[in-house]
Amino acid sequence: MKISREDVSRVAELAYLDLSEAELEKYRAQIDEILEYIGKLNELDTANVEPMAQVLSDDQTADATLREDLIVPSAVAEDVLKHAPDPEPPYFRVPKVIER
Amino acid sequence: MTASWTIDGVKEALAAKKISARELAADFYARIEEKNPELNAYLALSPERARRQTDRIDALVAEGKPLPPLAGVPVAIKDVISTRGIKTTCGSKILQNYVPPYDATAVERLEAAGAVILGKTNCDEFAMGSSNENSAYGPVKNPLALDRVPGGSSGGSAAVVAAGLALASLGTDTGGSIRQPGSFCGIPAMMGSYGRVSRYGLIAFASSLDRIGPLATNVKDVAAILQIIAGRDPHDSTSTTATVPDYRAELEKPVKGLRLGIAKDYFGEGMDAGVRKKIEAGIEVFKKLGCELVEIRMPHTDYAIAAYYIIATAEASSNLARYDGVRYGLRVDDDSLLAMYRKTRGAGFGPEVKRRIVLGTYVLSAGYYDAYYLKGQKVRALIAQDFRDAFTKVDAILTPTSPVPPFKLGERTDDPLQMYLADIYTVTGSLAGVPGISVPCGKIDGTLPVGLQIFGPAFGEARVLQLAHAFEHAGGATV
Repeated sequence: MKISREDVSRVAELAYLDLSEAELEKYRAQIDEILEYIGKLNELDTANVEPMAQVLSDDQTADATLREDLIVPSAVAEDVLKHAPDPEPPYFRVPKVIER
Repeated sequence: MTASWTIDGVKEALAAKKISARELAADFYARIEEKNPELNAYLALSPERARRQTDRIDALVAEGKPLPPLAGVPVAIKDVISTRGIKTTCGSKILQNYVPPYDATAVERLEAAGAVILGKTNCDEFAMGSSNENSAYGPVKNPLALDRVPGGSSGGSAAVVAAGLALASLGTDTGGSIRQPGSFCGIPAMMGSYGRVSRYGLIAFASSLDRIGPLATNVKDVAAILQIIAGRDPHDSTSTTATVPDYRAELEKPVKGLRLGIAKDYFGEGMDAGVRKKIEAGIEVFKKLGCELVEIRMPHTDYAIAAYYIIATAEASSNLARYDGVRYGLRVDDDSLLAMYRKTRGAGFGPEVKRRIVLGTYVLSAGYYDAYYLKGQKVRALIAQDFRDAFTKVDAILTPTSPVPPFKLGERTDDPLQMYLADIYTVTGSLAGVPGISVPCGKIDGTLPVGLQIFGPAFGEARVLQLAHAFEHAGGATV
């Protein structure tokens, strides 16, 4: 077994994801099978391989220089807040974060 | 009748005043009303926005002014791409009421070129899936075989084009999500090179893989759409400054003498016999066109799915952290902030998304990063090297798009790993960053479509389109 129930529970906690008992067990079994499959990567010797951290090579990327830092008008605040779950313009309201 | 519309045909008909842009859009909406309840391919329609655009186009016609390249062309947009004022759900409950305050650059460019946006298409939740069955709004049916899946994740974008409910569409491809549904629905569908099309306004799944691309009824129209959406965008630092060639001009160039790679690594076990037969017949078409077939090896192909599901889920777990019930979408209330996050995400995400967040968080977590994420990135480098090596010997590579034809709805939903393996021939190009197209390559027993995939080197879109166009004109779709 590659991944335990405790692992899944810990990871779900890290990801702020509520999972039911049934989900926890179902995903554990499925992810275990996927990790088992992923294990085939160990057949490859990658000791001397550089990880691919960029898709585009240097000559394909846009000018590496930074653009000018210009102020551009953006009038979307109202639109954005309109669809927020609990807006109090110009703020988003959230449950109390710090207990007194 | 609409099946016969092409981008050029629309432009000619408008200029000759045989039809107005408004009438054409109305014609498509009528067919959508008739067919969409069964197909479930559109999630939202945007008739008001379409009306404003058709009025603009019809005014140009009335004034005798030149028409833009996509004048009056009715298009559909995958629901992971932002559209100002039109609900954009990503096929997820967590964004069920989300209305973006801005347009994606690709959408803005299409509209500026005269296209008429009809609506938003159904897809797997956050583009995670290969059958469209992971949508929170129900699966899309394959218009060519109603008991079968249209492929995914851009299943809606493929189905609307195949069913004549849009002339072309935008999809997104992370591991095969444009090409595989194109294959399953019997239409050409293209993913350009990584960086070719701006992703500003694309709601992110896996940022080192996600790409926007066109689906249409013919290769020339695919090229016409790509032409408009390609090119540098200051809003997306990963879009490149590489020049965009005139794709439609390149299309007509002869393909005789081009060297095409065939790798036996793409014809392994698990491949449907019917698919194999069609692909072999498709390869014969290229031979008749005078192309030279070259046997090559792509030795790391078999490891692509494993590397992909590490990298894609890792990036997804990070990208999807933004759905926290604060700024947009669903919120499940609780007195505590952290419990609000947990409940919102637990209730808002569907099973496949949750599975991938858990897997992605796990492969990035302390103690597992080297064994999984770093290993995945190294194998990704080997796969990219396979492609670079191959392109020193050949101009393009031919493969099947999918190892299997469209499968039945519900057939694979209980086995995520089996579903992932359906992407085996498409994820390689995604990892390597190269362009790829799927073109129709016959139908098994005359009913189930097969797609042939053509990969080109990075920024070799013109070559890929040229080959696809030649194949289409040589009768590739009916082999």
